Amino acid sequence: MKDIKEILKERILILDGAMGTMLQRYKFTEEDFRGERFKDWEHPLQGNNDLLSLTQPDAIADVHRQYFDAGADIVETNTFSGTTIAMADYFMEDLVYELNYESARIAKMVADEFTAKEPNKPRFVAGSIGPTNKTASMSPDVNDPGYRAISFDELRIAYKQQVEALLDGGSDILLVETIFDTLNAKAALFAIEEVKEERNIDVPIMVSGTITDASGRTLSGQTAEAFLISISHIPILSVGFNCALGANQLVPHLEVLSTKSEHAVSAHPNAGLPNAFGEYDETPEQMAEQIKEYAEKGLVNIVGGCCGTTPEHITAIAEVVSKYEPRKLTAVG
Amino acid sequence: MSGSISNKPSTDNGQPTTKYLKLSGLEPLIVTPETNFINVGERTNVAGSKKFLRLVKEEKFEEALAVAREQVENGAQVIDINMDDGLIDGKQAMVKFLNLVISEPDISRVPIMIDSSKWEIIEAGLQVVQGKCVVNSISLKEGEEQFIHHAKLIKRYGAAVIVMAFDEVGQADNYDRRIEIAKRSYDVLVNKVNFAPEDIIFDLNIFPVATGMDEHKLNAVDFIEATRWVRENLPHASVSGGVSNVSFSFRGNNPVREAMHSVFLYHAIKAGMNMGIVNPSMLEVYDDIPKDLLEHVEDVILNRRDDATERLLDFAESVVGKTKESKIDLSWREEPLQDRITRALVKGIDQYIVEDVEEARVAADKPIEVIEGNLMTGMNVVGDLFGSGKMFLPQVVKSARVMKKAVAYLLPYIEEEKLLNPQVGDSDNAGKILMATVKGDVHDIGKNIVGVVLACNNYEIVDLGVMVPPEKIIAAAIEHNVDIIGLSGLITPSLDEMVHLAKEMQRKDFKIPLLIGGATTSKAHTAVKIDPQYKEAVVHVNDASRAVTVVGDLLQKETATSYKKSIKDDYDVFREKFLNRSSSKTYKPISAARRNKFKIDWKTSEIVKPNNLGIQVIEDLDLNLLVPYIDWTPFFRSWELHGKYPAILTDDVVGEQATDLFADAQVMLNKIISEKKLKAKGVFGLFPANSINDDDILVDTSSSLEGNTGSLSGAETDGNYTFRTLRQQLERREGVADYALADFIAPKESGKQDYMGCFCVSTGFGTAEMAAQYEKDLDDYNSIMVKALADRLAEAFAEYLHKEVRTAHWGYAANEDLSNEDLIKESYKGIRPAPGYPACPDHLEKLTIWDILKVKETIGVELTDSLAMWPAASVSGYYFGNPEARYFGLGKIKLDQVKDFAERKGISFEEAEKWLAPNIVD
Repeated sequence: MKDIKEILKERILILDGAMGTMLQRYKFTEEDFRGERFKDWEHPLQGNNDLLSLTQPDAIADVHRQYFDAGADIVETNTFSGTTIAMADYFMEDLVYELNYESARIAKMVADEFTAKEPNKPRFVAGSIGPTNKTASMSPDVNDPGYRAISFDELRIAYKQQVEALLDGGSDILLVETIFDTLNAKAALFAIEEVKEERNIDVPIMVSGTITDASGRTLSGQTAEAFLISISHIPILSVGFNCALGANQLVPHLEVLSTKSEHAVSAHPNAGLPNAFGEYDETPEQMAEQIKEYAEKGLVNIVGGCCGTTPEHITAIAEVVSKYEPRKLTAVG
Repeated sequence: MSGSISNKPSTDNGQPTTKYLKLSGLEPLIVTPETNFINVGERTNVAGSKKFLRLVKEEKFEEALAVAREQVENGAQVIDINMDDGLIDGKQAMVKFLNLVISEPDISRVPIMIDSSKWEIIEAGLQVVQGKCVVNSISLKEGEEQFIHHAKLIKRYGAAVIVMAFDEVGQADNYDRRIEIAKRSYDVLVNKVNFAPEDIIFDLNIFPVATGMDEHKLNAVDFIEATRWVRENLPHASVSGGVSNVSFSFRGNNPVREAMHSVFLYHAIKAGMNMGIVNPSMLEVYDDIPKDLLEHVEDVILNRRDDATERLLDFAESVVGKTKESKIDLSWREEPLQDRITRALVKGIDQYIVEDVEEARVAADKPIEVIEGNLMTGMNVVGDLFGSGKMFLPQVVKSARVMKKAVAYLLPYIEEEKLLNPQVGDSDNAGKILMATVKGDVHDIGKNIVGVVLACNNYEIVDLGVMVPPEKIIAAAIEHNVDIIGLSGLITPSLDEMVHLAKEMQRKDFKIPLLIGGATTSKAHTAVKIDPQYKEAVVHVNDASRAVTVVGDLLQKETATSYKKSIKDDYDVFREKFLNRSSSKTYKPISAARRNKFKIDWKTSEIVKPNNLGIQVIEDLDLNLLVPYIDWTPFFRSWELHGKYPAILTDDVVGEQATDLFADAQVMLNKIISEKKLKAKGVFGLFPANSINDDDILVDTSSSLEGNTGSLSGAETDGNYTFRTLRQQLERREGVADYALADFIAPKESGKQDYMGCFCVSTGFGTAEMAAQYEKDLDDYNSIMVKALADRLAEAFAEYLHKEVRTAHWGYAANEDLSNEDLIKESYKGIRPAPGYPACPDHLEKLTIWDILKVKETIGVELTDSLAMWPAASVSGYYFGNPEARYFGLGKIKLDQVKDFAERKGISFEEAEKWLAPNIVD
């Protein structure tokens, strides 16, 4: 299989779109979420999308298939909340290994189908590592700014477990994403380095932060460049931004990464900003038109979609960027 | 160097990538050859600062944070934090303090240096900081294995590292050992750990010189030469060090120590030292070191003569002697003319300036050259020192006083010269700036300070004063062909005036930038309300030092266009963000807020009937009575010295300056009091009152009517007046009441008779005259001083009178015994909110107070169009006596309340909307 680093020099790679948006189309009920296996679970499970990898694996495989069909080179595993920390909401900490392993396995299975059909266009699986629902460098209590709801070590241990399962399940890449607190991401990267060392392996790492408002800072207050510097101690494949803003608002921040970073640059924005009902209503055409600006300016190597995006969006994006050269890489990795 | 030492490869065209040390807090810090020298703040180090140690020991983390903040404000680019002390739990203190630092964006914007000799403290620190830190430090002291282990972890945590020149044998104390250990450490880090070479910083051990021991003679030279070797032979590595060690033998003799630090740095930086721990207040400017001292110090640092130490020791005694009597030390009068003029300007000494300027004038071809040459040379030094945080605002204002005096002396000669040579143009200033306090507003301290500082920087200031109508600003701007307009205002209605002026400037197609400043202004208001009205640059500037940079950037031909565009873009982005943010808050209808009012149990609440109902006038209060009530902290703030009184007087950074300023203030205060320069007048009244219809308070003043001559606006002839209060509407968590001031007064239907009061005090009479006299004498320093003190006295008067009311006139707190500090902390019972401030931001109610108390007629304080009080040093407000009354902020309100308010008050909706604009939800 061709090395992803080689392909990155040749063209802009396409990442998939939203998993959650697609799963909404299935209108799964509480019973569907539970399946046979968890029908007697003591706590409500509807909304635990990661669990669907165990209870509705065909639906997950089908979403991956749709995104590959739409032109994605890389799909993300259905593991955004796959840490003991995030799973605590459902009292499912003990299932974390299995959830990640199965999610990676399903994605890899679908990717292999496509690669077999089209060997000159290999498909990849990125193990998705979300931010968890706690922040290591901000206090949840405004009256006690020195308080922290989670420590670096707690995060590191949780991430390590997720990383091991994602790799065992067949992930080709690890994607630390939607980073709103750089310290959380540093704990994830620390865990990945530990696993790499223990197993004596190398694995490409994608890092993707989230600029939460138009001032151009992460939720934890860093500028794009400060964020970049804070995660550059680890050899990574790409750095980028996803979520929170629409494609057009990401441009200045991608410009910073593009000029200051020696890594590949990725972007997977939302389909615009949520409307009054929390829905994303940017059409595939509108979004592709904005992504075109990234490509025209030579800012990116990997693009895809986050909240609100669908295979239709990915098709439109893939078509637009296919006409452009990728951002020049001085070197990768 | 091996090709795979880091993840940062070379570029494809074969050139090596520039590997710079990159650090980050919330913002990046990239150490390049151009950054010259990175100044590491060292005050947050328990080993180096007794004050910081004490604060940490006593768990006074708020104050400890202030130490960190001050360092950053004063230009530290990295802050070193060290908690190594036997009496504190270093790990816990490090984590706690770092967590707090991280929560303060104005501190955590810079990278952090985690400083400890204990690995567990370092690691605990690394685990709580998101940015890229520096670890200070590791070394080969405990052997290679542990060194590698720590380095690996540091790399994995994502930090740069300081490596001490220390190995298994001991600390490097000569040139050869320094380079031996540096080379070995570097090779291990780069080849065995894959540590990025640009993330390695060497601390090559700065040791004392002039200790009297021969083996210490080369300490400085060896460090400097080893630095040169490291920078030439260990690619991309940096060199750092703690500079104060070098002068250790001269403890107690600061002039010598300061000179030694400067000399040492001068040579070490030239050799490649690019980072260091330096106390900026212990640093003399290299060029300012007296020749003889410099020679002696350089002999020692560079080890130029065998007897260098003895000679410096001898010389040092004379230096100590001199500084002790520096007040009468006039040796500087022997120096060359330019040096004397520069010194007079930098130190703010005006005694000899006329003499020196005359000497310069005689020597010059044309008198104008003295301004453009000698004086500007000196003022440039002042500007540089201020810009780099080495001088503080009061000093600069004193410098300006000297400058003005000098210019005034020269003016007649310049006029004469002009008559002789009419072709000679005006002096060549950097730009013309119009300054004005907008219509309806009377506050000008901040505006004057900015004006003075800009004038120091060679800008010509056209100051139109206070209460300037927009048409006059526009006309003056055209007449004087100014380059920038600066507007100032303190009260909220001034915000509208500024918006109006921006519209006018657009209508008249102005092309010059507009600066906005003053206590009530904000970047948010400027971005959201003013900036969209005017196509050219609009910049919010709230302190004098920033004003200089902003004006410089706006007028610099090369950069102006891009700067203006960046400002415009910045405000666009800020506005968008602000509008998005405010929409996330929700507000409840006024009816719902009223249902959720703050409920006092009127059945049990104790209501005290005032001892003296009715109105009383204070004609001329003895100012001596007010002095103990002065809150000095805001006084220092008005001079841009930040810190709490009295701690500010001994503050590490601004303490000296604050002490000087405080001494000058005492002199002026004595003058004001002994010569009765200002007059304190006040009027207040206490009346029966009840709240009605939820938010209104009906006040019965009939007891003090004594044959009143009929109705005034808003008044009813029977002596009944109504105060309209405003109620919080922001949706908050369950159980929090939505306050209005009316909640603190018993409602009519409770059947209980309640009471309230109102007051106005002023110490402003005489201020304008005094200030004008000083301005005439070209003494802005004292003119600003008078106004700042008058403001403080007025606040003190309000505090004093409130106490009198609580303990005597109303008497509900007859036994109260509170210190002045408690008063400032507002620990007393009952409140005195002022219209225009957070609990009642509506200025309109001042009109009612004026009607009830006949303020204008009795004590002469007037209200301007925007309802600012004139004279400016005045305070007015209400008295609420209920023990449950408390200060609160109204926050934003919705249009339903504005409409309701307009109806209650009998004014049009538009008028209500105009006055309440700053508080209406966007």
